[in-house]
Amino acid sequence: MDIFYKIFIDPFVQMGAAPDLLVQTLWDGLVGGVLYALIALGFVLIFKASGVFNFAQGIMVVFAALTLVGLHEHGVPAFVALGLTVIVMFLLAVGVERLVLRPLVNQSDIILFMATFGITYFLIGFGQLVFGGNPKVMIARELFLPSGAIEFRGLGGFVSLQKIDIAAVIIGSGMVAVLAVFFQRTRIGRALRAVADSHQAALSVGISLEQIWVIVWFAAGIVALATGIMWGARSEVSFALQIIALKALPVLILGGLTSIPGAIVGGLIIGIGEKLGEFYWGPLLGGGIESWLAYVIALGFLVFRPQGLFGEKIIERI
Amino acid sequence: MLYREVGQYKTSYAADMAVFPILQDRIGVAIILLAAFVVIPLVGNEFLLNAVMIPFLIFSLAAIGLNLLTGYTGLLSLGTAAFMGVGAYACLKLTTIFPHVNIIVWILASGFFSAAIGALFGLPSLRIKGFYLAVATLAAQFFLEWCFIRIPWLYNYSVSGAIEVPLRTLVGVPVTGPTATPVTRYLVVLSIVVAMTWVASNLVHGRIGRMWMAVRDMDLAAELIGIRLLRAKLLAFAVSSFYCGVAGAMMVFLWYGGAEADVFAVDQSFLVLFMVIIGGVGTLIGSFFGAALIYILPIALRAIPEAFGLPLHPATVEQLTFVIVGALIIVFLVLEPAGLARLWQIGKQKLRVWPFPY
Repeated sequence: MDIFYKIFIDPFVQMGAAPDLLVQTLWDGLVGGVLYALIALGFVLIFKASGVFNFAQGIMVVFAALTLVGLHEHGVPAFVALGLTVIVMFLLAVGVERLVLRPLVNQSDIILFMATFGITYFLIGFGQLVFGGNPKVMIARELFLPSGAIEFRGLGGFVSLQKIDIAAVIIGSGMVAVLAVFFQRTRIGRALRAVADSHQAALSVGISLEQIWVIVWFAAGIVALATGIMWGARSEVSFALQIIALKALPVLILGGLTSIPGAIVGGLIIGIGEKLGEFYWGPLLGGGIESWLAYVIALGFLVFRPQGLFGEKIIERI
Repeated sequence: MLYREVGQYKTSYAADMAVFPILQDRIGVAIILLAAFVVIPLVGNEFLLNAVMIPFLIFSLAAIGLNLLTGYTGLLSLGTAAFMGVGAYACLKLTTIFPHVNIIVWILASGFFSAAIGALFGLPSLRIKGFYLAVATLAAQFFLEWCFIRIPWLYNYSVSGAIEVPLRTLVGVPVTGPTATPVTRYLVVLSIVVAMTWVASNLVHGRIGRMWMAVRDMDLAAELIGIRLLRAKLLAFAVSSFYCGVAGAMMVFLWYGGAEADVFAVDQSFLVLFMVIIGGVGTLIGSFFGAALIYILPIALRAIPEAFGLPLHPATVEQLTFVIVGALIIVFLVLEPAGLARLWQIGKQKLRVWPFPY
């Protein structure tokens, strides 16, 4: 019975006994979740518009952050570097569309998925070649991002919130809001949704697929840049981030591959779930369960809802 | 002119269904096998055997394993490396507990452990499909990787946390461990790979293979014609994991001679998936082509600057390799999305009608 006590009762007793720790853990999870959600958002944008499962989103985050920091190291002022990075991401979007997507149009999903692997490898090598493989410090101060922490007393202890985390949450939410408005209200947004619904129907009413693809890859690049700045400011800009970006995959399938709200809710569930799991249940298993807990949570959800929480219902016909 | 089937009549159903219906193909296969079994061990130096041929064969086997699952059954998996790891750790435990049993028996038997784990993680495949399934298999990948690090019993409580391969002999000749010669290890690997390729070829050309392909092409329709989906999919997971497990056991016991858990990291899974797709999804020969291209290409790329005497920093070469491999993957996909196996087919067809255009 001891083991049941440890699994089902003890963690909750701990939560009740030290609410400040619980709040702190929830906050850490929330921040992690927002960043996962941002990466997942990049995936969803591209998947919706082109049906490409873009494995390169993780490396795009690293590449964008590296470009920004690398340019600044060469003496470019911070905000000029930011502008130049946006241009680089645009060129990347155009390049991907011209050299990869256009020749591979009408190929099966797995081939396109593989091609994004090629992009990933290319960007890893290219990024290291140009900017070096060493971790870099994000130019948070130059971009007027806050540093330091706010501490709250109360709840029988104190809770400390990093200012950069607060900024990450605000910028992340802002970005999602802007994208939502962009999708719902603008002409291009409407075209994007049309393409997402049906490529052929969109083509037949005169929407240029090529243009749309450049736009979504560019949008995903901007999202990647924002994610890279935030994540880089919390730790550092390194290629290890690319592996962390794999965490966006369970977020995606949890939320549904085609749903923007899904990406956000999924991100928060995974972020908070894995921090809580690691903190309260991790010691039972010897720690380090953060590396797989997200996938197992997602797997558990999938068995009951194969299309994810907000995904479109999968209808199969013969 | 040489490669033509004129005058070769098929007089029975069996002859018509043969894997190599053309005499020249059979001769070609015989020559390749002869070269692999006799010529390479005789003339090959240690570098060729140890750094090129052994890993090439092992990766080919892993790619065949994944191809059975992804190419023939249409279930995308990103957990290949973890299943390879299960094989390696199972083999280590088996040979530790029963040190007197022939190591080759244990290498093959470790595949069954891998198959069991694979079937377990294949259970969700009945409900989820496509990329959703791929991410579900990532759960297997990360969970098993965590087990390899966190459960000391698996690596015999060794201080380094790594597998240390013990010395095992076969009729007095060391097969694994530090004193085994590359030639012996090469021959063992080659024999296992050839035998298992033969089995795989029979599987995919027979009832089971057709069942898998029906599931791949449309699982609902397959179910309607009386294929039991759960069985077919789990069987695919089990057989695929069996192949991967044996490949993993060979990788540690006959190639590295000792390994840590990070050789079974997710990168390795992606590498095997590259091999399958570049080689040709749903072809056995493609697995060999893919393994050759993806594994041998970086070696060749590293050798080129040296050959020209260019003073490049090793790190730069490494980065260039990434760039070139990435670009080549895209180029190959654009040129021939069906993979190298398709190019091989086209080449053979051209050769058949040569010197005429058609």
